[in-house]
Amino acid sequence: MLTNNTDYTLAIEDLTVSFDGFKAVDNLNFYLDKNELHVVIGPNGAGKTTVLDLICGKTKSTSGSIKFLNKELTKLSEHAIVREGVGRKFQTPSIYENLTVLENLEVSYPRGRGVFGSLLFKRDQAVMEKIYDIAQQIMLDEEMHTEAGVLSHGQKQWLEIGMLLIQDPQLLMLDEPVAGMSVKEREQTAELLNKICQGRSVLVIEHDMEFVERIAHKVTVLHQGKILAAGDMETVQKDPKVVEVYLGH
Amino acid sequence: MSFAYDKLMGGKNGLTGFIILAILILIVFPLLLDSFRLNLVGKYLTYAFAAVSLVLLWGYGGTLSLGQGIFFGLGGYAMAMFLKLEASSPENTAIQSTPGIPDFMDWNQLTELPWFWEPFSSFTFTLVAILVIPALFAYIIGSAMFKRRVGGVYFAIITQVIAVILTVLIVGQQGFTGGINGITDLRTLNGWDITSDSAKNIFYYVNCFLLLGVIIASRYILTSKFGRLLLAMRDKEDRVRFSGYDVANFKIFIFCFAATISAIGGAMFTLQVGFMSPSFVGIVPSIEMVIFAAVGGRMSLIGAVYGTLLINFGKTAFSESFPELWLFLMGGLFIAVVMFFPNGLAGLWQDYGHYITDRFKSVKNLFVKPASATKATTVENS
Ligand SMILES: Nc1ncnc2c1ncn2[C@@H]1O[C@H](COP(=O)(O)OP(=O)(O)O)[C@@H](O)[C@H]1O
Ligand SMILES: [Mg+2]
Repeated sequence: MLTNNTDYTLAIEDLTVSFDGFKAVDNLNFYLDKNELHVVIGPNGAGKTTVLDLICGKTKSTSGSIKFLNKELTKLSEHAIVREGVGRKFQTPSIYENLTVLENLEVSYPRGRGVFGSLLFKRDQAVMEKIYDIAQQIMLDEEMHTEAGVLSHGQKQWLEIGMLLIQDPQLLMLDEPVAGMSVKEREQTAELLNKICQGRSVLVIEHDMEFVERIAHKVTVLHQGKILAAGDMETVQKDPKVVEVYLGH
Repeated sequence: MSFAYDKLMGGKNGLTGFIILAILILIVFPLLLDSFRLNLVGKYLTYAFAAVSLVLLWGYGGTLSLGQGIFFGLGGYAMAMFLKLEASSPENTAIQSTPGIPDFMDWNQLTELPWFWEPFSSFTFTLVAILVIPALFAYIIGSAMFKRRVGGVYFAIITQVIAVILTVLIVGQQGFTGGINGITDLRTLNGWDITSDSAKNIFYYVNCFLLLGVIIASRYILTSKFGRLLLAMRDKEDRVRFSGYDVANFKIFIFCFAATISAIGGAMFTLQVGFMSPSFVGIVPSIEMVIFAAVGGRMSLIGAVYGTLLINFGKTAFSESFPELWLFLMGGLFIAVVMFFPNGLAGLWQDYGHYITDRFKSVKNLFVKPASATKATTVENS
C-alpha cells in the first residue's frame, strides 16, 4: 500500500468486495471529515450495510484500502478495529436482552477488555458517572435497572447507540438507526445525532428522507455497489440519476 | 466485608442457598450416613465438580462440552499415577521381574518406568499437574476451536471425539496406562493408608471444602464483568466482538477453568474410590455430567450439585432393582428436563419454592410475631 496520508478521519480507496463474482461493493472511493455527519442512502441491496461490514472488519475486502486516521484497517481483526476508535451499530438492534440497561452500558465500557481485566474490573465512581452521563444522553436514565429485552424498539436503538458512545469512538457508524421508530422518537434521535457528531465523524445509513434532510451534512447515494451521486441533500435530490433510481424505471 | 458478601456469595439469597448446601454436605450427611454410604456420597460429589464446570461453560458460556470426562480423567489419572508409584516401591513389588515399577507395566513386559511417569513420584508435581495439565490441554483445544470460531454443535462433537480418542488411547496403551482395568490397587498417600475409614472420612470433608471453594470461585467469576460478558456473548456474540473484545480469549479461559475444576473432581474421585479407569473418561460419563447439570439447572452452580446427587441416588437405587431400565429413565428424564424445565431443579425452586418458604415463614410467624406476617420470596440465585 502507498503511504499517502490524508487529513480525513476515514479514507476509502478503490474498495471492492466480491461474493462469488458478484461485486457488492465495486471500486468505491469515499472520504469522511472530522465533525462530519455523512448519510449514505440507496435502494435495498445497494451495498450500504456491506460497506460498514468492510470498515469494521466483519467482511474482508477483495481489494482496496480503508484508512482510519491514516491507519490501514483492512488487515486488523474486529476487536482491534474497535479499539482504534471505530464503533458500529447494527441494522437490527443488537443489545443484550438479558442484561439491564446499566449492565449493557457497563459491559461496553472501554476498560477491562482483556480476560483478567474483566475479572478484576470494578464498577467505580468514574464508571458510574460515565454510565449515567451516557444514559441521560440516550434518554434512558430512568430505565437504568430495566432489563433491556423489555425496552421499546426505539429505546433499544438508543441503547445500542449509547453502548457505542460510552467508548468515545472517533468514527461512529449507524445502520438504519430510526427504523421502527415513532415520529417523536425520530425527532429525538435526530437531536441526539446532531449533538453527538461534535468532535467525531458519524456515518449513517438511512432510508427515511425526512430524517436524512434533518441530520445530513453530506449525502452519498449508493447503487449496485457504486457511488451514484454525492454532495449536499438538495443537489443529490435533484440529480436525475438519483431520481431515476428512486422513482422508477 | 460487603465485597465478600456480594461477590462471593451472591448476596442474601445466594448466601442462603450456599449455607444450606454446606450444612447438608458437611453436617447432615455425615450424621445420617454410615461410612460406606458417606464414601458413596463423596464419590457423587466428585462428579459435581464437572457439573459445576458445565454451569460455567454451558449454562453461562453457551458452549456445550460433551467431553468433560477428559478433564475429570486427566485429574484422576494424575492422582492415580502418584499413588500407584508409591504403591510400587521395590519392597512391595519384589516378586516382579522388574521390581519398583507398577504391576501392570511388569505384566506388559516393560522393564523401565516410562519417562512421563517419572515426575509423578513427586506429590507437589502431581498437585500442580492436576491443576495445570487439564488447563493446558483445554487451552490447546480451545485455541484451535474458538480462534477459528468453531462453536455450538461442532464444538460439542469435537470434544466428544477427543473423549473417545483418549479412551481408546488409554485402553490400547496397556503397558503405560493400565488399560481397560485402569490404575488399581492404590494404598497409601505419603505413607498414610488411604483405604481406612478414617482416611475416607477425611477425604470426604476435603472434597466438600474443595467443592464449596470451587463454587465460591465460580461465583466470583460470574458476578464479575467477565460473567456479564459470558451472558452477553451467549446472547449477541457479534455485539461483544464489535465492542472491542477478543471473544475467543474469553471462551478459552472459561474452558480452561472448567477443565481445572473437573480435574480436581477427578483427583478427589481417585482418592476416595481408590482407583481410576477409562470408564470415567469417555462418552457415557461425559454425557452423564451434562445431565447432572441440566437436571440441577444449568444456570445454577448449587443446583448442579443437587442435580448430581439426585441422579446418582436414583441411579444407585434403580440400577440395583432394574438395571436395564435405568438408562431409559435417565434419557427420558433428560429429555423432559430440556423440554419442560430448561432451568432444572433450580428453576423449579425459583418458580415454586416460595410456596414452601411462605408456609415455613407463616408457621414460624405464628410463634414469633403473629402480628406482622411478611410475605417472603426466597429465591436461589445462582
Ligand atoms: N456475506 C455475503 N455473501 C454474499 N452476498 C452478500 C453478503 N453480504 C451482502 N451480500 C449481497 O450484497 C448486496 C448488498 O447487500 P447489503 O449491503 O446488505 O445492502 P443494503 O444496501 O440494503 O444494506 C446484496 O445483494 C446482498 O445479497
Ligand atoms: Mg442494509
